Amino acid sequence: MRYLAAQSVAEAAKALAAEAGVTRILSGGTDVLVQLKAGMVEPDLIVDVKKLPGMREIRAEAGGFRVGAAVAGAELGEHKAFCAAWPGVAEGFQLIGSTQVQGRATMAGNLCNASPAADSVPALVAGGVVARIAGPDGERDLAVVDIPAGPGRTNLKKGEFITSFLFPARAKGASDAYLRFIPRTEMDIAVSSAAVNLTIGADGKVSAAEVALGAVAPTVVRVPEAAKAIIGTKLDDAALAAMAKACEAACNPIDDKRGTIAFRTHTAGVLACRAAHIAYERAGGKA
Amino acid sequence: MAFDEYQKREFKQVGTRPNRPDGVDKVTGRAMYGADMTLPGMLVGRILRSPHAHAKIKSIDASAALALKGVKAVVTGADFARPEDDFLRDVQENCMARGKALYDGHAVAAVAAIDAATAKAALKLIKVDYEILPHVTDVDAAMKAGAPIVQDGRTLENVPAGMSGNVTSHSEFGHGDPAAGFAKADKVVERSFKTAATHQGYIEPHAAVASVTTDGKGELWCCTQGHFFVRTLCAGMLGMEASQLRVTPSEIGGGFGGKTTVFIEPVALMLSKKAGRPVKVVMTRDEVFRATGPTVSTSIDVKIGMTKDGRITAGEAYLRYSGGAFPCGTIDMGGQAAFAAYDLEHVRTYGWNVLTNRPKEAAYRAPGAPQAIYAVESVVDELCLALKLDPLDVRLKNAAKKGTKSSYGPTFPDIGLVATLEAAHKHPHYTAPLGPNQARGLSCGFWFNFGGNTCVSLNVNTDGTVGITEGNPDIGGSRASVSLMAAEELGIPYEQIRTIVADTNSLGYNDVTDGSRVTFAVGLATIKAARDAVRKMCQRAAKIWDIDEEAVEWKDGAAVPAGPNAGKFPPMTLAEIAADSFATGGPIAGHHEVNVDGAGVSFGVHLVDVEVDKDTGATKVLRYTIFQDAGKAVHPDYVEGQMQGGAVQGIGWALNEEYIYGKDGRLQNAGFLDYRIPVASDLPPIETVILEIPNPGHPYGVRGVGETPIVPPLAAISNAVSRAIGTRMCELPMSPPRILKAIGTTA
Repeated sequence: MRYLAAQSVAEAAKALAAEAGVTRILSGGTDVLVQLKAGMVEPDLIVDVKKLPGMREIRAEAGGFRVGAAVAGAELGEHKAFCAAWPGVAEGFQLIGSTQVQGRATMAGNLCNASPAADSVPALVAGGVVARIAGPDGERDLAVVDIPAGPGRTNLKKGEFITSFLFPARAKGASDAYLRFIPRTEMDIAVSSAAVNLTIGADGKVSAAEVALGAVAPTVVRVPEAAKAIIGTKLDDAALAAMAKACEAACNPIDDKRGTIAFRTHTAGVLACRAAHIAYERAGGKA
Repeated sequence: MAFDEYQKREFKQVGTRPNRPDGVDKVTGRAMYGADMTLPGMLVGRILRSPHAHAKIKSIDASAALALKGVKAVVTGADFARPEDDFLRDVQENCMARGKALYDGHAVAAVAAIDAATAKAALKLIKVDYEILPHVTDVDAAMKAGAPIVQDGRTLENVPAGMSGNVTSHSEFGHGDPAAGFAKADKVVERSFKTAATHQGYIEPHAAVASVTTDGKGELWCCTQGHFFVRTLCAGMLGMEASQLRVTPSEIGGGFGGKTTVFIEPVALMLSKKAGRPVKVVMTRDEVFRATGPTVSTSIDVKIGMTKDGRITAGEAYLRYSGGAFPCGTIDMGGQAAFAAYDLEHVRTYGWNVLTNRPKEAAYRAPGAPQAIYAVESVVDELCLALKLDPLDVRLKNAAKKGTKSSYGPTFPDIGLVATLEAAHKHPHYTAPLGPNQARGLSCGFWFNFGGNTCVSLNVNTDGTVGITEGNPDIGGSRASVSLMAAEELGIPYEQIRTIVADTNSLGYNDVTDGSRVTFAVGLATIKAARDAVRKMCQRAAKIWDIDEEAVEWKDGAAVPAGPNAGKFPPMTLAEIAADSFATGGPIAGHHEVNVDGAGVSFGVHLVDVEVDKDTGATKVLRYTIFQDAGKAVHPDYVEGQMQGGAVQGIGWALNEEYIYGKDGRLQNAGFLDYRIPVASDLPPIETVILEIPNPGHPYGVRGVGETPIVPPLAAISNAVSRAIGTRMCELPMSPPRILKAIGTTA
């Protein structure tokens, strides 16, 4: 096993593309090191990308934020302007692991580990966040929703890795929220989860919305029908019931040690409704 | 009155809360745990484990592993002689399979190599030819005709003919005629329950360093609850004499019963013997879950009859326990404990132990009792609801007390159940208001407690301080308690006493730290060793004063003339006598060796409030209060810690903890991520109320307190959840999917 602390994006991409064997990208390492220790993976090459320029920066861009791929949860959580604009993203990211893990864990790692239960991903999907990807053929941008391909698989090509995320400019009256169900109160993995990103118009009604669910399908899923159910409403009971039903219809989960199909499907709807309430209140709405 | 019987007295130090002697080492990281021991030339041992739930081992080819550079030894089951004794043979075959792998994670071979990477690589080179056999992991399925037979020929004669070959033993306890009792009841409830196997969840994995030399001497350092028993087991397996194997216990990062046997220790010894070098074996967390001892998994039917005014007319329980792939006696304790809290005319329990393709059960706090009492207390609660009776009143009406013929035979002496129930009744928690989706549950709990073989030495140092040598690993603060009892008896400050846990060569045999025995039994032996030293110090004073020995007595830490006729001498302190000891006959020490009888049973009552989120099935524990009879709380911090710790483990057991097996018979959740013990934020503050009803069998009235507190939480929480959702829960754990299903929200 070789370890490369890349000095430039091009060097990292070149090394990853040239390696014939198993490669792993090391950023925070909170998944990779655990997998190494458990013997789940034996990489031939590990490329450390967290020291590359810009990887740990949060800066303003196009009225929104560009967040480096190696920004840790604890760092993002201390960025007041970001947390005010994207509280749902921040809370999803910061639910991962323990205080110690938060000092290392990154959103790009959480996304590229490609678990359907990844806590930071639903809010990124609901937020319409776009990842910037570096690779042997240069840079490209890809919406976060299009990156996971299935459990443990992404749509990134050989040699590609994420360098940053672009969070678009926020409209007035916009906010988001993320909720997950775990049997404990912390240190756990989502059995089901939901993120809601919405904007409230001057009339107090939801004018735009996006809903994404985690741990209920092979990848995090966008649920446009659930968003449609609450647009134009003040989250009345009928709207929420329609939203829950749309969420349930979008679920395609598995039965496993963490939960049953029926449980995941039901709670995904419950969590979406509760997250919608939180986002609505954060956006200044009064139900 | 016998010397060791309880005598009422005013305590000066017992009952105070001094600093723990092991505190500084533990918080600064200096304490030596099992994996901290290192020896020159030490090798790393690793164990290869079966990936199959049940498989015949046709052959093991370790030639490629042995050929790998850096590999110094390979061990398989064939390296061990086959013990005559059934018990020892089972322990050995659990440490290293022979002929068949009986569960996922069963050890089949081990290597010792120069480093961890080499050992890991060597494991991959061992070729095991398995013939996969059908498996069974569920206790009820294993009892059915045609179930795969885990081990042939293990059925005892007391098992009725016609049962599955997996049924290994049967037991019955009780008295009276339950049928006649049920006929007198106004209401009879009969329910079936299931409880999942749970793990003790100690944070420190098993670790051992073994060194066997060519002249046949062995040294073993390991984390264990009982190093004398480790010596017995390992010496038996390796054909060594007890004198040639010295076992030294490390500090212990939790045991809860799970470290009362051996798993890796004989393997480390055999690797060292073959390699000719010291070998360290440390389990991974995955190995701890797959291959050490969880609790029994159970299936229980309970039937109880009650009159309209709350008198129980009869109780009956059918208990089916599986202690995994080996015969297991825990069923007997379940059958005995089930109805222990009740004074019943008609009571009967029937128990069966059943083999399954699961790891061999190890003790876990009050083994067998939490499950049986969960089932009984659930049915009692259901009767209280049906008959609109106050659940504490009903317990009081039927409570076992002094003179009650217990459901398992003996007649109770002084016991504290009524006192704990009355304390619960008048506590503000019992009548505190509840909000929506909230409910209150309660349960009684019971454990027998144990005494056992104990040997203590107490050495009086010439500077007036005292060293105590005892042989029971300290899992619950026993060094502090032992020092306190010696301080009380000698009349010197606690701080001037240091208690250590010594190796197997330093003392006579000490039984394992289990059965809540240590503060009771080691405490008793310490008090007697102190009295032995006191007697010797009085002799020295008599010699100095030139008066009769009988004319000297011990008072407030000093020898004094026994009365006006003895002569007029100023008190001679322990320090003064010690300082002169070289001139008065040499060093002064007290000893005591005993097989202690007279352990007092311990009862507790737990009250719990929960709130159930009916949309997600999540249960939040809001408030928790424990009432328990400690006999005498020697160091109340530790007694409260035992009570709180038991409740926390019980909360985990009730709500989330379980061994989950896949269709392939492999354990699905061998780690703390998916085996969910509670985290701190899951728990409310746990209030404790200590009752002190002296145990007549101990000089200070001490009862064991370590096990009883894990017994009531299962039923207390299940009763609260059942009341909150309006449906009786009959399976543990009450995980959120199970609760939503019970409510009817999900199919």
